[in-house]
Amino acid sequence: MASMRDIKRRKSSIQGTQQITKAMKLVSTVKLQRARASAERSKGYFTCMYDTVNNILQRVGHIDHPYLTPGESRRKAVIVITSNRGLAGGYNSNVTKLVTRHPQWKKEELDIYCLGNKGREAFARGGYCVKECDNDIVESPVYADAAALSAKLLESFAAGEIGEIYLAYTGFKNTVSHVPTLLRLLPVEVDAAAAQSEGSGEATAIMNFEAEDTEALDQLIPKYVTSLIYGALRESVASENGARMQAMDNATSNAEEIISDLTLKYNRARQGSITQELTEIIAGAEALG
Amino acid sequence: MAEKSGFLVRIITPDRVFYEDQAEMVEFNTTEGEIGVLPGHIPMTVIVKPGILYIHEPAGEKKAALHAGFAEILPEGVTILAEIIEWPGEIDENRAKSAMERAERRLQGKAANTDLARAETALQRAVARIQVLK
Repeated sequence: MASMRDIKRRKSSIQGTQQITKAMKLVSTVKLQRARASAERSKGYFTCMYDTVNNILQRVGHIDHPYLTPGESRRKAVIVITSNRGLAGGYNSNVTKLVTRHPQWKKEELDIYCLGNKGREAFARGGYCVKECDNDIVESPVYADAAALSAKLLESFAAGEIGEIYLAYTGFKNTVSHVPTLLRLLPVEVDAAAAQSEGSGEATAIMNFEAEDTEALDQLIPKYVTSLIYGALRESVASENGARMQAMDNATSNAEEIISDLTLKYNRARQGSITQELTEIIAGAEALG
Repeated sequence: MAEKSGFLVRIITPDRVFYEDQAEMVEFNTTEGEIGVLPGHIPMTVIVKPGILYIHEPAGEKKAALHAGFAEILPEGVTILAEIIEWPGEIDENRAKSAMERAERRLQGKAANTDLARAETALQRAVARIQVLK
């Protein structure tokens, strides 16, 4: 049996850890509330943007537009949104797994654009081509950052350097459920969009455009891509804090469990040592008598 | 419910709902020129150019500087998805003025590497900001 002193030391160290995890949980709860509020505030913009672009694409049908046809290049750009810090349960590995375990993708064909340090570490370790990495964006997403990134990607798409653009992020459903999602940004998926709105069965009014169709698409699609990236960032930040909150909650209750187990062991050891002492005293007294 | 005389105007930015209320008319600048939208307009999507946005409410008129985005016009309302929009109170006049001077200088300078389209948009933005303040 471990000595009383060892048990006591171990217990106090776990108590220290528990305090840390408890504090981290509180911090991420507050951050989660803030992130969720801002994700919800901006949600209207993205749903509206998504609906409008779908509406347009449905109407123009199979127009020959560079943004709607896959590029010649076989290279794929993947934007991966992860967090900068760990201790968030499976949050980061779930997102990176979407990319590393993708059945059709080959490592050599991918250009990874990392937002968040954890993703960069994972991909660099796996030998992927990490083109760019920006860790500050995920701390507090700003629309201009998303715009800069999408402009850069659209440029290399237009130049034919990459054929497709994907976005891997964690969707925020509610506090406890976060869904790792892989989304194709470009070329825009027309068929899926059309099928979806047919499913809703709503006859959308015929929409007119003041600019020509192609011109309108030229203007709209960069905005569409930017807003998707920005929305994904917002949701990912909310998910990150949600995931961390859950992880820390589990850690705190695990620590609680260990502490109660150790308390029991400690008391048993203490009782054992008292009993031993008594037996020794009695034995000594008997030997003398 | 919508009153007969008005329609719903919603202005949404990536970070907040900028404005949502009943109005009688909205005016703003688009790639095809300045337009005014009244209730019952045919469905239309337009792309916004920097300019002043006027919202005519029953109680009066509101102004804002609208810089980028697009608008979806339907008979029963207008939704403006604005990337950048500001109330007059949110504009820094001195900054707008210096931005205007900078943009003008760049346009006049005609250096080989100037991004003309960008300088022009910057100028339009600065002008819109200053006009809203007047």
